[in-house]
Amino acid sequence: MSDNSIASVAVETPVKEKKQPVKRARDFVNDPLEMKILFGDLKGLVVNIVKILILIGVSYVILSPIIGMFVNSISSNKDAYNPMVFVLPQFPTLERYALAWERLDYIPTMAADLLYTLSITVIQVLICSMVGYGFARFEFPLKKFLFACVVVMIVIPTHTIMLPLYMTFRAFDPLGLCTLIFGGSLNLMSTTIPIYIMTILGTGVRSGLYIYIFNQFFRGLPKEIEEAAFVDGAGTWYTYFGIMLKNASPAVITVTVFSIVWQFNDTFYANLFLVPDSIVISKKIASLQATIATLDKILTPTIQELYLDAGIILVLLPIVLIYLVLQRSFIEGVERSGIVG
Amino acid sequence: MAKTNNSSEPKKKRRLSLLQKRSISGYLFILPWLIGFIVFYVRSLIMAGGFAFSKLTMDTAGGGYVTEFVGLDNFKYAFTVHPTFTQILTTSVGNMIIDVPLIIFFSLFMAMLLNKKFPGRSIVRAIFFLPVIMNSGAIQAALDLSSTMMAGGISSDAVEQTVSAAGTMAFDIDYLINMFANLGIPVSLLDYVVGAVDRINDIIQASGVQIVIFIAALQSIPGSLYEVAKIEGATGYETFWKVTFPMVMPHIITNIVYTIVDSFTESDVVDLAYDVAFKEFNYGLSSVFSLVSTVVTCLILVIVVGFIQRRTFYYN
Repeated sequence: MSDNSIASVAVETPVKEKKQPVKRARDFVNDPLEMKILFGDLKGLVVNIVKILILIGVSYVILSPIIGMFVNSISSNKDAYNPMVFVLPQFPTLERYALAWERLDYIPTMAADLLYTLSITVIQVLICSMVGYGFARFEFPLKKFLFACVVVMIVIPTHTIMLPLYMTFRAFDPLGLCTLIFGGSLNLMSTTIPIYIMTILGTGVRSGLYIYIFNQFFRGLPKEIEEAAFVDGAGTWYTYFGIMLKNASPAVITVTVFSIVWQFNDTFYANLFLVPDSIVISKKIASLQATIATLDKILTPTIQELYLDAGIILVLLPIVLIYLVLQRSFIEGVERSGIVG
Repeated sequence: MAKTNNSSEPKKKRRLSLLQKRSISGYLFILPWLIGFIVFYVRSLIMAGGFAFSKLTMDTAGGGYVTEFVGLDNFKYAFTVHPTFTQILTTSVGNMIIDVPLIIFFSLFMAMLLNKKFPGRSIVRAIFFLPVIMNSGAIQAALDLSSTMMAGGISSDAVEQTVSAAGTMAFDIDYLINMFANLGIPVSLLDYVVGAVDRINDIIQASGVQIVIFIAALQSIPGSLYEVAKIEGATGYETFWKVTFPMVMPHIITNIVYTIVDSFTESDVVDLAYDVAFKEFNYGLSSVFSLVSTVVTCLILVIVVGFIQRRTFYYN
């Protein structure tokens, strides 16, 4: 290997520098500078190959169950029972997708779910970034204690507060306001209102974590930006919305991605507040197998699983697409170190 | 837009000092969360705390419940009588302590690889994010149900066991372990490494979120710092330890907090508490489990984060 490359360099050299005589391999070995260039390249090559190998290996570990699922979702009944079939089904079919599509009521449910998820995400980003900024940049009494409360909020298992939450929203009557306006407490079950209320008040799905992420990012931004804004006469709120939020765009994108994924996947709150499954497609996927078994009289678990895999891929697809679009905005932070707004 | 900075307005009222104004704006910024926390969390926690000290009986007719104060009985039961609680708690904490450093190093390493430019980067990043998407409660539940139903035919566990048995036969790991043990490497370290390799799948599955946070962190580092390092003639190794590492340190804390909490919320303690509450309908005992494990996790967080925070560099 190394002999070859030395020889090739030796041949190429006279073309670039015509005046010098042809260098032989021995000259290169004797010249420390040339050695460094040569083996520097070699080292870079080896490092790159190792990197690629690691990436491929880890990607395989992640992808293998999904590849299995995809293969299942396009296998026909014959393939499912054929032990010789591995990765490439003999008689591929799209029939699994057709039925799963119909039973999930795909387009209306997905549209409703995405609308719900995206609107919640916008609220999450606004509220959590505000709270995170408040904790990162202002000094006020009890700050440390309150921030500890944010951490406690992340740690507490949600089912600990499940029963009280249920009671709160089944007879919703904050400070007697509902009694005043509607003449009685409201039952907010089987609507999405409880989730919106909790999100607006910074206690939605994993809000504590988002507050924490924003806090860490704002603390990492240079304080000079705000000082400059203050000197130029920008108010606190303008500084926040117009300048700091734009500078924290990596954090905004991160939280947006997490919020979309976790809100979309959330079944805990959706079940607790009895949100109808025409809005939350995750609830439908949980019961897809049973639905197909009862409605379509497909009673073999092996075949049912093929439909389930097709359904799961259908449900995951939009989220993966959204992630692919969003991660384009994970642009290099190089230019983003100054004021951008 | 509300103007809290009222220095431009005429002096009508008593002027607040800049510091006071800043602290009022601070409260305004965290106000939504503060209300939510008090209304939903403090209230709920007080109720859950009440459950821990009482015996809860469901009143099915009225749709409510009746509590009866029993003092420390639930705690005594959890620690002295309950057959598995203390054991599960200690194993969960042990696993957490083993896994957290592995996950943090792995995800930082991966984030640095993925932060470089190479063809097909966006696809690779999407692949690394897939475990986060796949780790949905509903999808996992559906898959579990499906494999349970399959167990009527061929048990998938049995198949997996035969496959893994065949896999270990092909490559004899004991030989390697013996070789390294003969070299004088401490057994505990060997066990740790072997255990890590054994759980590589779990570690990869658990580090999707951390990788995303680290990528965002790496990208928020001002490029000028790297330029300076380059001009001053720092090597890649020095640049990592003097620039990259201190700059991502705050996010290492975020990730440690997330990893600890995540490994705790996925742990058997939480499952146990859930089962006790909704299968045995013993809310009092379940609250004790949740509260005890929450307190333990908070203690671990305080110790670990407090230890690292002192060594953390913040830009200001």
